[in-house]
Amino acid sequence: MNLDSMLLMRHELVLTIVILILILTDIFVPDKNKKSVNYIAIGLFAIHTIIGFIPLKSGMLFGGMFVTNPLVYGFKNILNVGVLLILLLAVSWINKKSLKHGKTGEFYALIFASLLGMFFMISSRNFLMLYISLELSTLPVAALAAYDIYNRKSSEAGIKLILSAALSSGIFLFGISFLYADGGSLYFSELAENIGHSYLSVAGLVMFFAGLAFKISLVPFHFWTADVYEGAPTPVSNYLSVISKASAVFILMVTLFVTLRELIDIWIPMLYGISILTMFIGNFFALRQQNLKRFLAFSSVAQAGFIMMGMLSADNLAVSTVIYFMAIYIFSNIGAFGVVQVVSLASGKENINDYNGLYRTNPMLSLTMMIALFSLAGIPPIAGFFGKFFLYTAAASKGYYMLVFIAVVNVTISLYYYLLVVRAAFLRRSENPIPYFKSDFLTRTGLIIVVIALFFLGLYSPFYDYINSVANILNI
Amino acid sequence: MDILTLFVIVPVLTVAALVFAKGIKQYRVVALVGFIIQTLMSFNLIYQYLQERASGNTDIMVFTKDVMWFAPLNIHYAIGVDGISVLMILLTSIIVLTGVFISWKVDDLPKEFFISLIVLASGVFGFFISVDLFTMFVFYEIAVIPMYLLIGIWGSGPREYAAMKLTLMLMGASALLLVGILGVYFNSNADGGALTFNIFEIANVNIPESAQKLFFPFLFIGFAVIGALFPFHTWSPDGHASAPTAVSMLHAGVLMKLGGYGIFRVAMYVMPAGAHYWANFFIVLAVIGVLYGALAAIKQKDLKYINAYSSVSHLGLVLLALLMMNKIAWKGAMLQSLSHGFITALFFAMIGIIYGRTHTRIVTKMSGLLNVIPVAGAIYVIAGMANLGLPGFSGFVAEMNIFVGAFQHADTFHRVITILAVSSIVVTAVYILRVVGMMLMGPTTPEFKNLPRITWYEKAGTFILVLFITLIGILPFWWGGIISDSITPFIEKLL
Repeated sequence: MNLDSMLLMRHELVLTIVILILILTDIFVPDKNKKSVNYIAIGLFAIHTIIGFIPLKSGMLFGGMFVTNPLVYGFKNILNVGVLLILLLAVSWINKKSLKHGKTGEFYALIFASLLGMFFMISSRNFLMLYISLELSTLPVAALAAYDIYNRKSSEAGIKLILSAALSSGIFLFGISFLYADGGSLYFSELAENIGHSYLSVAGLVMFFAGLAFKISLVPFHFWTADVYEGAPTPVSNYLSVISKASAVFILMVTLFVTLRELIDIWIPMLYGISILTMFIGNFFALRQQNLKRFLAFSSVAQAGFIMMGMLSADNLAVSTVIYFMAIYIFSNIGAFGVVQVVSLASGKENINDYNGLYRTNPMLSLTMMIALFSLAGIPPIAGFFGKFFLYTAAASKGYYMLVFIAVVNVTISLYYYLLVVRAAFLRRSENPIPYFKSDFLTRTGLIIVVIALFFLGLYSPFYDYINSVANILNI
Repeated sequence: MDILTLFVIVPVLTVAALVFAKGIKQYRVVALVGFIIQTLMSFNLIYQYLQERASGNTDIMVFTKDVMWFAPLNIHYAIGVDGISVLMILLTSIIVLTGVFISWKVDDLPKEFFISLIVLASGVFGFFISVDLFTMFVFYEIAVIPMYLLIGIWGSGPREYAAMKLTLMLMGASALLLVGILGVYFNSNADGGALTFNIFEIANVNIPESAQKLFFPFLFIGFAVIGALFPFHTWSPDGHASAPTAVSMLHAGVLMKLGGYGIFRVAMYVMPAGAHYWANFFIVLAVIGVLYGALAAIKQKDLKYINAYSSVSHLGLVLLALLMMNKIAWKGAMLQSLSHGFITALFFAMIGIIYGRTHTRIVTKMSGLLNVIPVAGAIYVIAGMANLGLPGFSGFVAEMNIFVGAFQHADTFHRVITILAVSSIVVTAVYILRVVGMMLMGPTTPEFKNLPRITWYEKAGTFILVLFITLIGILPFWWGGIISDSITPFIEKLL
């Protein structure tokens, strides 16, 4: 292995260096200057994000366990941008919380470590690699969920997350062992050729799928979602709802579409049913939520149902539309969670009713919230509409009109609860609304980027064209 | 920049100017200037269109432009107009302009009000110029969603309920529309070509009959909900009643026309076999809507509800005429869309003017207003007469064409339907004259003895509308000529 081939892991290497520098810096920065760690971490990560955009060669490492191609590193770049935005929005929160216990550096180191796990997960072409990277991506998040140590709910969220994650990765590993037993290999490519139709392989598929479904919070594996999102610090919920979900969806596509292609007659009906269940249950539970974080948790469950619908066409169209949708979804959800977090930090309020009259005191925040929610609901000309429309197109291309119809009915249901928030902020008035406050520079930058992206990603078609052109790499 | 895309660009620029404007006076001036420019543009468009036709251009659509948008799915930003679109654009710009006059006094969040109004208008303009189903769908939703804020923030009565009901029903309709559009899209390669969203390319394809039968109702109902097809009309009375004046005008005057226009331009054009298969079923629904709307209007006490049900009835006639599928009826349908747009906008403007003075919309609480506000009263009578189809006004021309067209079907079913629909005219006369008699005639209610006179901006708004109602009434051949040339290629698909 020479330097040239090592460079295929450039994203991972740079991120590891960032983590190491960060840990060292954190040791040497005195407690009274802890704030500066924030800026060092974000600065380093921004550099890492920019480096990520320099084109890479395609290739494999470790005998084919690790792969890099434009699709993979393009997706890593999307994740990078997402994490960067989450961090920009998180700084003021971390400053407030960590000053009490002085653990600023840890927050960043843990997030970066988890992201490193996601990177390896996306790149992995071997089930063992996949399993290890999945663990690497999950464990730090459990620690992060419990980061707010003076808050009981946060500790509770940490415990819940680690327990359900442990269970799910156990099932996941069990499923992998079945697949190995049937196919005789852990490599995706070899397994694709050797796997056959047997009880063993089907059981393996189901358990493997269940393990990933936990990460994506598909029904019936969604029970942890609302509690963890509510209890965990908002930046962490934000991270869980977008980055964690996106990378799990990505690897699910790779494994189902390529490796387990042989079992397509099993997993198509499975996805079909789960898609319907997830949409309905996510939506119905979201209808009655008062707490905005729980509300967004169920909304993100419902969104996962739409993603499964897009995957049904199981071809290049599915890959491109799902990735396109994920990219947009990342921005939309970061926007919505970001506003919730900013408001909650400034006023301590997290319920929908607390937002009554918000537009009259904080117009820009309310507009951002509305745009993000409209994007989630799929209202043009905001990007979410294009993402959803293409998902429908993917499903309809294989004749699943019934499912498309169910999905659009669900969009109408979801529009109702998204409008409830808009109603509170714009239509209602309040005796004591959340007073005007000015958020710090980084937060505003983050939210402005989100809003610009939400208009840009939809209307600017070359973005989709690019995703579509690299989606062919999967060779389905 | 082509002259059609300007209809989308100018609103965006107006919004940008509004964002930087300060104070209510500037908002009004900016909004007014923006809408005056749009109105001038729409006059210019008609002029250019007539020039183009006079110079021998016989394409179905003129001023077309086609830009690739999402190449992998063959989605284009494709625009073009024919005679019907240019008249609809004229209608829209006139009604928005008069709407600004009527809402001159909006004091709560005026900037946001005008911005929402402009966004709505740009959605409507975009809808009328699109010839690509995707583009059209995008503009349709852009036109619908600002209604939520417009009714919810500036409305009256149960505004939150009405806004939510309207938005969800119309978005639910767009859900049906979406399934229909995708169904058409994935059958657009039936003759071996590429998948396409372009209406005229799809129309050249023989979509399999089974697919037409399956997807026609999706497209038809999807469009007809916004055109207030019975039993999907229930959003309309509540929405109109709660909406502020300018929004009621725009909504009844323009937004509800998207339904008939979409059915004419898309549903029936791309799926003629489906249209024939389903026609009788929807004819029955349409005629129920015509009669039900008219009868319900008799029982209402609230002026806005009367007018809202009247709209259900009159737009039912548009759907009925479209389903009759002959040229005269279709000409009537298009004239009715225009005429009803102007008339109902005038009605809602007058209701707003009267309500602004008496602070009630209940008919039984008012009497003899003609003595106190004579100009306003007279205009109300004009609107009423036009609505019940008095010759000389636009309503007569439109309904005449519709019924003549409908009567050309000689079979019993169509005859019965036509006679039932014609009888709605009588009912219309009842509810119009009842209101005129109770509210305007007779001794003046004591507390309304000293109502302020109608102001200049209210006069400006209403006079423009009266002018157009009369113009259609006395020059029906000019309007009908533009329409019938453009109808021909569409009706030929169905014959």
